[in-house]
Amino acid sequence: MITYEFLQQYWWFLIALLGGLLVFLLFVQGGNALIFFAGKNEDQRQLIVNSTGRKWELTFTTLVTFGGAFFASFPLFYSTSFGGAYWVWILILITFVFQAVSYEFQSKAGNILGKKTFRIFLTLNGCLAPLLIGTAVGTFFTGSDFVVKKSAVGEIASPVISRWANEWHGLEAVTNPFNVEFGLMVMFLAVCLGALYMINNIDDKDLRANLRRSLMICFGGFLLMLVLVLVQFITMEGFAVDAEGVVTMEKGKYIHNLIQMPVVLIMFLLGAVLLVTGVVMTLIKKEFNRGVWITGPGAVLAVMAIFMIAGYNGTAYYPSIADIQCSLTLSNSCSSEFTLKTMAIVSLIIPFVVAYIAYFWHQMDKKSLTKEDLEKGEKY
Amino acid sequence: MVESALVGWSRAQFALTAAYHWIFVPLTLGLAVIMAVMETLYVIKKDEFWKQTAKFWMKLFAINFAVGIATGIILEFEFGTNWSNYSWFVGDIFGAPLAIEGIFAFFMEATFFAVMFFGWEKISKKLHLASTWFVAIGSAISALWILIANSWMQHPVGMEFNPDTVRHEMVDFWALVLNPVAVSKFFHAVFSGWMTGAIFVIGISCWYLLKKRETRFALASIRVAAIVGIVGTFAVMLSGDSSGIHVGKYQPMKLAAAEGLEEGGTRAPFSIVPGVEIPGMLSILATHDIDGYVPGINNILEGYTTPDGDVYLSAEEKMEKGKIALAAFSDYTKLKEVDPQTAAKARQLLDENVEYFGYGYIESQEELVPNVPLIYWSFRVMVYFGSFLLLLMIVVLWMEWKGRLVNMKWLQWVSLLSIPLVYFCGQAGWIVAEAGRQPWTIEGLLPVKAAVSSVSVGAVQTTFFIFVAIFTLFLAIEMRIILKAIKQGPETEE
Repeated sequence: MITYEFLQQYWWFLIALLGGLLVFLLFVQGGNALIFFAGKNEDQRQLIVNSTGRKWELTFTTLVTFGGAFFASFPLFYSTSFGGAYWVWILILITFVFQAVSYEFQSKAGNILGKKTFRIFLTLNGCLAPLLIGTAVGTFFTGSDFVVKKSAVGEIASPVISRWANEWHGLEAVTNPFNVEFGLMVMFLAVCLGALYMINNIDDKDLRANLRRSLMICFGGFLLMLVLVLVQFITMEGFAVDAEGVVTMEKGKYIHNLIQMPVVLIMFLLGAVLLVTGVVMTLIKKEFNRGVWITGPGAVLAVMAIFMIAGYNGTAYYPSIADIQCSLTLSNSCSSEFTLKTMAIVSLIIPFVVAYIAYFWHQMDKKSLTKEDLEKGEKY
Repeated sequence: MVESALVGWSRAQFALTAAYHWIFVPLTLGLAVIMAVMETLYVIKKDEFWKQTAKFWMKLFAINFAVGIATGIILEFEFGTNWSNYSWFVGDIFGAPLAIEGIFAFFMEATFFAVMFFGWEKISKKLHLASTWFVAIGSAISALWILIANSWMQHPVGMEFNPDTVRHEMVDFWALVLNPVAVSKFFHAVFSGWMTGAIFVIGISCWYLLKKRETRFALASIRVAAIVGIVGTFAVMLSGDSSGIHVGKYQPMKLAAAEGLEEGGTRAPFSIVPGVEIPGMLSILATHDIDGYVPGINNILEGYTTPDGDVYLSAEEKMEKGKIALAAFSDYTKLKEVDPQTAAKARQLLDENVEYFGYGYIESQEELVPNVPLIYWSFRVMVYFGSFLLLLMIVVLWMEWKGRLVNMKWLQWVSLLSIPLVYFCGQAGWIVAEAGRQPWTIEGLLPVKAAVSSVSVGAVQTTFFIFVAIFTLFLAIEMRIILKAIKQGPETEE
């Protein structure tokens, strides 16, 4: 039976899926973060730029579609978070905007700023975008400073529904260590994925060795942040919402969610195991280059589970600390039943889209990228 | 209290982003088709010349495409960052086409863009050709969905106001998709992209002719581009004609402003320039009937009755009904839990006046008149430059056909210098469409001052100037790189 509640859950599942795929595809950003760290000479840097440069549009598109899907399915989030945490989203945007032009501009004659500058832009986007996105997602658990009053629409002089309750407009998120640790965790994960992707995608012995070293360091950083985040997950209070829509604080809410939703628990654990396995196998077996295809799906599963913990099982996914009753839940922030149903029908095309992307990805990447390819073929 | 400075700067920021976005998008739309035709000729004729010709234009396409993407993502996010009230109030309808655009179009563009550039040696010729066409088709599909969204803002259909959720909700998806305004707007915008691509290619090719280099490449490019451009321009004219009818019907104030028409009537004249008019022409354009009634600005403000007896309310009456709707909404919200009976009465009053809900925010009827000189002149720039460019393309194609173009320096110069004109055309068209809709974000439903986010004026000013700096820098770099690439020339053998 397709009820309104089912449609809300279904759309949160799609948001979780897009979120998971986005984090996986942040290997583009993670790879770019390594341009100057793993790329020790011009050849290697050029290989890195050309490896991530053949996939960057997919990451970018996934981000745009993630935003579009959120807008279509949970418009109150779009309205409250984007209009409220203004500076966070503007910063994220700016880093992506610089990335979008940098590939095409970096090696072209007449680019005014020079190759290095554009590569620095790519590196900055590589570090900052996952960090900022991760920090923003961290607030799904710690809350944000906003109020929502829908009836304000009736006030002629001041009809704004959502208001941020401080002048920092989102920048205050960094004052909560959990958010920052969450952001760093996503950043290190992106770099690990970037290193793994390039180890698979680039056929260059020296660069692969450099990438393995970067992978080891960043994986250490990732594990440290993961432990910190998990410990706080166990101890922190979560924002529970009852059938009447009343929000209360519940100690250990997020761990309760994991235990009460065994499928999500299994997804999380399976994701974590795959994530770690891909990295460890790559680090211990020098000839093993396919770790990205183990860690990548692991990351997708784990991130999906995190989104599900944030939104399912009676949980406010975008909590307000200014007034917890203003917290956004699946049911108070979603689109109408008609729109969700229409969009659910539209979403049936997604497997087809994934299939053609996978087919052409395979066709294009049958052979790893080499210096010779760049000498004779098209390149950035 | 929503400050007018906040509304002004938020509008300025959105206009800036949209205007820059529309520098890059039409070229993407048009050039994609032109290079796809060229690659098709390569596959059919098996002539390496056409491959190299297509590849040269693809190079310029890629440089331009990147900046289009960069400005596009900002536009999407700005609906939330700067127009948060709008995002909730109509997000139930507006979000859907945006998401569909991502799923259907952006992934297609992203996937096949990479295949088109890096796949020459990796996939078969025919599959590569298909990829190039998919880039062109993906761009058009992307335009389709964003224009469906935009057309809904011009002529909202397929929704109902729900006072419990305090927003408009979609009730008919197909009404949204098949909105007559959307159909015209889609063809008008996409084919104007064909014009842009064509003029760009013709202008640059003429530069090669002036320099007496790459002659075969230049003439071949001109032939393809001029045909695409002429077809496109006729389609622009046809869709522009139906757009005129729609604007007359659904946005009479925009039409009156575009004509500077203060007092309307039957046999309304079209103004060539101030003081020079063609009698009855505006009636023909707006109603396809020389005796058709076209209201002027004053008629719309004061209320009018058409010769058929249809009565249109004055601005004051609409504003009054709007205030009643807003008050009834507030009463309903306050009372629905405590006094359902009185709340039901308030609901009824709201339903009776909901059509004028947006007018409740309007304080004086002057607010309802957009910037007349801006709209008037923008419309003329669009139409006059567009007509000139059509003539130019016909002459260029004819002369090329006769083999005389190569010696006609003046025509080559005119073609080269006409490149900026096609951009003025496109920008002017969007100014008519968007500035002409003021003060509404959504025609008659939500004025800009009730759609804006609650951020400080200083914050929006800061981001405005950041974006000015970024976009201008990108535009300067793009132009410089494109000029260098043009100077370097294609790799075709003469």
